[in-house]
Formats: sequence, C-alpha cells, structure tokens
Amino acid sequence: MAVTAEKRVVVARAGPDRSVAFIWLGLVLIVIGQFMALLYAPEEVTMGNAQRIFYVHVPAAWIGFLAFAVVFGASLGYLFTRRRAFDLAAHASTEVGVVFTTLAILSGSVWGRYAWGTWWTWDPRLTTTFMLWLIYVVSLMVRAYGGTGSQAARFAAVLGVIGFLDIPLIHLSVVWWRSLHPLPVVIRPEGFGSGLHPAMLQALLVNVAAFTVFYVALFSVRRRQMAAADALAELKHDESRRPAARWTAGAQEVS
Amino acid sequence: MGALSTVGLLVWKDLTLELRTKEILTAMGVFALLAAVIFNFAFSPSPAQALALLPGMLWVTLTFAATLGLSRSFVLERDQQCLEALRLFPSDRSLIYLGKAAANLLFLLVVEALILPAMAVISGVALLPYLLPLALVLLLGSVGLVAVGTIFSAISVNTRIREVLLPVLLFPIASPVLISGVKATMGILAGRTLLDVLPGLRILAIFDLMFVVLGYLLFDFLLEE
Amino acid sequence: MLPRLALQNAQRIHGEPVHAVEAGNLEKAFGAVQALRRVTLEVPAGESLVIFGPNGAGKTTLIKILATLMRPSSGRLRLFGRDPQRDDDLRRLIGVVSHHSYLYGGLTAAENLLFAARMYGLPDAAGRAGELIETVGLGARRYDLVRTFSRGMLQRLTIARALVHNPPLLLLDEPYTGLDRQAAGLFTDLLADLRGERTIVLTTHSIEQGLALADRIVILVDGAVAYESRDGLEDQHAVGQLYAEFVRSSAWVH
Repeated sequence: MAVTAEKRVVVARAGPDRSVAFIWLGLVLIVIGQFMALLYAPEEVTMGNAQRIFYVHVPAAWIGFLAFAVVFGASLGYLFTRRRAFDLAAHASTEVGVVFTTLAILSGSVWGRYAWGTWWTWDPRLTTTFMLWLIYVVSLMVRAYGGTGSQAARFAAVLGVIGFLDIPLIHLSVVWWRSLHPLPVVIRPEGFGSGLHPAMLQALLVNVAAFTVFYVALFSVRRRQMAAADALAELKHDESRRPAARWTAGAQEVS
Repeated sequence: MGALSTVGLLVWKDLTLELRTKEILTAMGVFALLAAVIFNFAFSPSPAQALALLPGMLWVTLTFAATLGLSRSFVLERDQQCLEALRLFPSDRSLIYLGKAAANLLFLLVVEALILPAMAVISGVALLPYLLPLALVLLLGSVGLVAVGTIFSAISVNTRIREVLLPVLLFPIASPVLISGVKATMGILAGRTLLDVLPGLRILAIFDLMFVVLGYLLFDFLLEE
Repeated sequence: MLPRLALQNAQRIHGEPVHAVEAGNLEKAFGAVQALRRVTLEVPAGESLVIFGPNGAGKTTLIKILATLMRPSSGRLRLFGRDPQRDDDLRRLIGVVSHHSYLYGGLTAAENLLFAARMYGLPDAAGRAGELIETVGLGARRYDLVRTFSRGMLQRLTIARALVHNPPLLLLDEPYTGLDRQAAGLFTDLLADLRGERTIVLTTHSIEQGLALADRIVILVDGAVAYESRDGLEDQHAVGQLYAEFVRSSAWVH
C-alpha cells in the first residue's frame, strides 16, 4: 500500500489524453469493422444477412475471455505482491469483461434464433461463455459484499485464479455432456473456422482488432477512475484528521 | 508434528464438536430426505421416468445438502475467533484448509450413505447392483464439491450475505462436477461400465486434484488480514 | 523445555542482546484508513510493556501484527531476532490472549486444552493440559462444556491455553474487557506471577490494572506512538493525567 502522499498522486495522475485517444481509435476501428461486416464481407450462403451478427458475437466473446485472462494475471499479481495496482486492474477488467461477455451472449442468442430457430441452445461454446458470464457476475458480487477493501480484494483475487483455471474444465464437461446431442446439422459454428471466405476472414479480424483496442481503452479508463477514487478517499480521510498534538511531559517526547 | 497428524487433529476437533450436537448431519440429512420427497411430488415420475430423473435429483440434492454443511463449518469457527486461534499454531496454515475439507467430506459422505438407499426406495429404482461404480463417482464428485466449497465457505462466512454467496459461488465453479457427475451416474444406471464413463471420471479426477492443490496453496493468502 | 531454551539462545546473537520484539516503522493501512503510522518498539526479553490508547488508536492492529496474524503494510518486525513471515515455527514462542476466548464452546475445558497442546506438538499433551487447568483453578470444571463457563472462568481458561506451550512472549489484547473487578484482580495476579520470566506486551484501557503490571508504558494515539516512557515510570497520577490529556486532544481531532 503506497504510503507517501506523492506516491498516491502518481497512481491517479491526470493525463486522460492517452485513454481518450485509445477510445477514439477503438471507435473508429469498430465503425470500420462493422462497415466491413455489413458491406465488404460477402453474404453467407445459408443464413443470409442475419449471419452478420457473427462479426459482433465472435469478437465480443474473444474479448470476454481475454479480459478474464487479464483478471487471472492481475489476480496472480495481487496474490504475490499485494499491491493495490493489481487489484484495480483485476477489478477494471472484470467490469469491462462482463459487458463484452453480455454482448457475446446476447448476440449469440440472436444468431441462434436465426440459425436454428431457438433463442438458446446448449452449444458448448455458448454454454461455456454463459458460465464465464456467471463467474464474472459472482466476482462482482464478491467485490460488492466482500467487506472492507483488502478483504474483498483478496477474495476476488482467489476467485479470479480459481475461475480462470475452471473454465477449461467447464468446457470439457459440457462437451462431454453434449456428445449425445449433436448440434443441428444445418449450421455448425465449427464450420466457420475452416472454409471461411477470405473477405469474411478479413472482416472478422478487423473487428477482433477493433474490439481489442476498445477493450484496452475501456479498461484503462475504468482503472484510472478507480485509482482516482482511491486517492480521493485517502486524501479526504487524511484531511479530516489533524496530526496528533505534540506532547511534552518532561519525559521523552515522541511525535 | 507431521502434516498428517495435524490434519487428523483438526478433523478430530470438528468431529467431536459435530458428534455432540449433530447439528450439521441432521440439517443435511433431513434436507436431503425432504428434497428427495419433494422431487417425487414435483415430477411424479413413472418407473421408467424415475430412472432417467434419479441422477439429476441425486446430484442436485447432494449439492444443496453440501452447501448446508459447508456454510456451517466455518460459522462455528467464528464464535470466539477460533479461526484466528488456529492461525496462531506453528503448523502450516494451509493445513487448516485440508482439515476443514476432510471433515466436510466426511459429513457429506455420511449423508450420501444415508440418502442413497432412501432415494432408491422413494423412487423405486434399484441401486444396489450398481453400488460400487456409483460409490466411486460419488466419492470423486464429493471431493470436488468439498474442495471448492471449503474455499468458498471461508470467503462467504466473512461477508454480509453469507447464506446466499456460498451457493452462488459454488454452482458455477463446481458445474463440471455436477455435469460430469450426473452424466456418469446416468451411464452407470443405464448399465454402462466405468470405462464408458471414463471421460467424466477423468474430468472429476482432474477437478479434484486441481482444486485441492489450489485450495492448499491459496488458503493462507485467503485468511490473511 | 523447548521455549525456554530458545529464549536463552535468542538472547545473545553476535554478542548483542536480542530483543523479544523489535518493530521498526510499522505501518498498516486498511484502504483509505491509516491504522498504524511509523510505530517503532523495542521490547527486551523479560520486560512487561503496557500499551494504553483510546478506541481506534490501533492497539488491536498492533497486537495482531506482533502476533503474526496480520501483515503490516510496511515496516520491519523481528521476534527474538527472526522474521515471523519466514518462520512458521516462531509462533511456538508466542502466546496470545485476545478479548475473544479462542475456545470452542462445544468442547470441554480439557478437550480445548488438549487440542491446543497437541497442535503445539507437546510431548505428554494430556498431562500438560491437565496441569494448566489445575493451575488456573478450573480443575473441578475440566469436563464441563466451555459454553457453560462464566466470563471470568473463560478468561482463566484462555490464559491457560495461551500458556500451554510455555511461550516466552505473551501478547494480550485488552484482556480486561468484560471482567468485573474481582475477576480483573485475579487476572492481574496471574499475570504478575509471570512477570520477569516472560516478556509481556499488553494493551488496555484500564490505567489501574495496566500500571500494576508495567515495567514500561507506551501511549498509542491515532496509530502513532505519542508517548513512550524510558527510565522508570512516573507515578500513576501523573500517567493518568497524561493519558487523559491525550484522549482529550485526540478526541478533538476526529
């Protein structure tokens, strides 16, 4: 925990220019990416234009998992160093991650509606994404109800490590669970990995890059906000306390 | 003093406390029984349906019963700050986790031993021929539930919403246990061999190993102030 | 007896006396709140140090850090010359009495002490447990559930438990909380017997009881050492006034 006043200010240093630049860059890239998705990429054979939601769903899901990897890394960092900076990073990534994961699930659901006629299927990848979303939500609950600062931070860090390592197991178990219920033959999500038209691939990659930049931007902004709130709380608390009065008693004086 | 004897001592302590009041075992056992009955009212299964529903009913019942026992296990340490006292002993603090988990496992296994015949009778499904493979799956699953449940119990007992937070933490993270456990149980009751359900057993085993180790490594950090 | 030996060995390292407690610039922050600020203490072996301070001064935080229950945000701590964060075994040398009893209500007095004795790996754990129960005068109640004990009896059993492994360092956090006059007096007598042969660090509100036990006193205000007596003690009246003055001036600050 930073002790001197100078150090605290550094953590919350003013300098929004960089983050704002990132946000603009991200937005521009997203606009370009979505244009490509809507106009540049060819229409998909089976589903038609409704398939274009794929260009939102896949990048969003990718970011959802990337953000959780960041939570994992930051949680490990907090575990080993107990530095607040790691906790703030984990918290910020959790918040941004849950937003992208929500988007991924909603877009996945819409896609499913048009591909298979139902709003939900227990497709392994979608299911795992949903479980990730649940773990995110629970992480936020732990942070909200976990008590005072460092206690909630510790709990959230443990959950961050456990949750991340659990995801592969969740996926494996869902895959095994679904192996008796093959996916609808009409469209298989796996099919898109191979046989992807080059223009489609390009559109997809641009969107993935765009979402990634946007994630980084949102993450930085949120993290700065939290650090600033931190510093503010400390300054407020210090201001309400005057230094303890010096005491001379004819014996040793210690201030 | 050896790690094993320390864990043994911790389990002795929890067992002695529990055997005097039997609070945990009673709560878990009665709840499990009630759940079995309620499921049968809710689904009113025919004999054929009962077989299909039993695995799910069994695992849901056990998971909820486990959360009852898990949440109690740290509540009784809170009373006179006994958890603090445990951290003062010179032994490795992570052994506290192993001790708690072992005790919780014991309680859960006792409840399982009681509930299995009860469910067999209530649902009218013959479980005896499948006893050994079932026992293996239940053992693997119970270890998994208890491994993460003990960690989350330590977390949730320190929060304002402790009764709600434990199941909310447990279910997503322990979902591989539930999913694999149910499917493996279904396979076994359908007459399959253990080899057929090996993928599930593998997942359970990896889960168990991973989270017992993680629990051990993370517990000291978790309890820190 | 192992802990005594450790104390003797600890007393000379490189020809210099090793203090029981050496705390340098201890800091502890809980989020925005700074609970301890640059607290430095040196407690030579065998000394009895009493720490006074108003509520919120950081006394409990300090004791917890000394007891290795809490990590300081920064600063240096050595117990008998060793770093408690690197040395689990150092806890063998510490006995802690908190205002919580650390006892399991659902176990008997004998079981509680037996558990503690075994956790410390003591040879003849049962014998030692029995011995201590007798020493604190609870022999008649040894097979009764601790749940049935009065506060005074709990306190006596707590101290028995803290002594079961014969620790050279005793840390007591507001042990007089909730004790009536008679029980407090009995408790002080018990502690007085231990003075000199063990190092005692005790925090309390009660000036009367504290001064009866102290070789030295420290006054903690707002997480900082506001006063530390060096050569001998002023008389009780003067210290009482000192303390009252501190409480008044710090109350104004909040």
